[in-house]
Amino acid sequence: MAYSEKVIDHYSNPRNIGTLDKSSNAVGTGLVGAPECGDVMRLQIEVDDATGTIRDAKFKTFGCGSAIASSSLATEWLKGKTIDDAMNIDNMDIVEELALPPVKIHCSVLAEDAIKAAINDYRVKNGLPAIEKI
Amino acid sequence: MLNLPIYLDNNATTPLDPRVLEAMMPYLTNNFGNAASRSHSFGWAAEEAVDYAREQIANLIGANPKEIIFTSGATESDNLALKGVFEMYAQKGKHIITLNTEHKAVLDACKHLEKLGAEVTYLSVGEDGLLNLADLEAAMRPDTILVSVMYGNNEIGVIQPIREISAIAHKYGALFMTDATQAVGKIPVDVNADGIDLMAFSAHKMYGPKGVGALYVRRKNPRVKVTAQMDGGGHERGMRSGTLNVPGIVGLGKACEICQQDMEADTKRIVAMRDRLETELLKIEEAYLNGSKEHRLPHVANISFKYVEGEGLMMGVKDLAVSSGSACTSASLEPSYVLKNLGLDDELAHSSLRFGLSRFTKDEEIDYAIEHVKEAVHKLREMSPLWEMFKEGIDLKTIEWSEH
Ligand SMILES: Cc1ncc(COP(=O)(O)O)c(C=O)c1O
Repeated sequence: MAYSEKVIDHYSNPRNIGTLDKSSNAVGTGLVGAPECGDVMRLQIEVDDATGTIRDAKFKTFGCGSAIASSSLATEWLKGKTIDDAMNIDNMDIVEELALPPVKIHCSVLAEDAIKAAINDYRVKNGLPAIEKI
Repeated sequence: MLNLPIYLDNNATTPLDPRVLEAMMPYLTNNFGNAASRSHSFGWAAEEAVDYAREQIANLIGANPKEIIFTSGATESDNLALKGVFEMYAQKGKHIITLNTEHKAVLDACKHLEKLGAEVTYLSVGEDGLLNLADLEAAMRPDTILVSVMYGNNEIGVIQPIREISAIAHKYGALFMTDATQAVGKIPVDVNADGIDLMAFSAHKMYGPKGVGALYVRRKNPRVKVTAQMDGGGHERGMRSGTLNVPGIVGLGKACEICQQDMEADTKRIVAMRDRLETELLKIEEAYLNGSKEHRLPHVANISFKYVEGEGLMMGVKDLAVSSGSACTSASLEPSYVLKNLGLDDELAHSSLRFGLSRFTKDEEIDYAIEHVKEAVHKLREMSPLWEMFKEGIDLKTIEWSEH
């Protein structure tokens, strides 16, 4: 199975690898997946309290090329969005952008889960209720 | 000069040796006769070529040429042996013993037989991939008709103690069969010294063509019979009907002859390269060799690079053709059952790469592999949350993961 050019690009030049201070109230962390399943994503956002806008986003991923690309793309999309808008990122948008084949759709699902988990972590830290998955 | 990409997946298949192709050419062109045509020179030429190949093959494994049954490959040979013995010896018993690290061709044939009333014991192996002989002895029953244990494993290269295993099978009156697809041509295999009654192997794992293989079926002490699984013209002493694949068989014969001739020299070079590759890669922190180090085929190294996922790693060494036990590379999304059955954590199974060398592998290719695997592991660990946690001293087992 050949990878799409966009997957190769994100894999070769991953955007926003790194770690934010997870103890900070401005930072939300989502850690999803499991080592036994071969995919773990950690996605972090730093939110501007006043505007609710995501100032920074970082990721680290253990997984295949498509998982790495999905999380890299997610950090790109998150920056500059409000946390409410970010909640609407759908895994199928990732599938489309990266041209993921059917066997790799779970990578995009994981990225969506990671986004939601990070936002909810931020919300709960700041006294807001977590938003259930739709 | 280094030609990319580099092929280090020789357990999946090997390139055709040019000497083999040369031997096959006449039988793909002018000598196209059917080996079963007894009435003209076209048929005679084909028959003669097949007889000659039978001798070359028999020589390599210490058999009599009459004991070689040609098939389409090891999958068919495994099926013919297991199903053919079960059918032929049904009166005697219905119990079969095998390993849970066998190739799918054996495991799935056994599953099929279970549906037909066979009782199959799937023995587990130790962490090193080796069968514990006491486990085998304990599993033997009066109605055990067959013990099937592979010679060398295709994923980790572990070589089972074949002589001891066949001795136990025979002590209890069972036949011994071995899937020797990865061993024949690579290490000395002798059907008599090893006590083998049936043996499956394949041309394309030993620099021969794809789509041709053989089943060795012992004719003396004891005389073994298998019920044909393919009905038709009664070729191959009635055990496998179908017009013989003459060019393929000629290729298998030539491949065997070359392996016999060059085995010592090839092995010496291959082992030196394999060991260098392995030593260098195991210098990487948290890298582990899978399977027994000593009891191993000369051309295989299966290594797990902890905290890095195998498919992601393969993408990082895109000019190296290797394979991984990672789920992402299999259709089932399950990591390698062979590695899991060694008792390896799924996580380590996901992190494995298998390197398979050949007689055509060059030193410069090994240099390239060492350099690029090291680089890719480093790069991927920099983006691995698991590596970061490991470095912070967090025990990954204490984290509640969200299974998906
Ligand atoms: C141990 C073992 N048995 C059987 C087979 C199947 O061989 P073939 O491709 O000739 O059917 C293979 C190759 O994949 C193998 O490695």
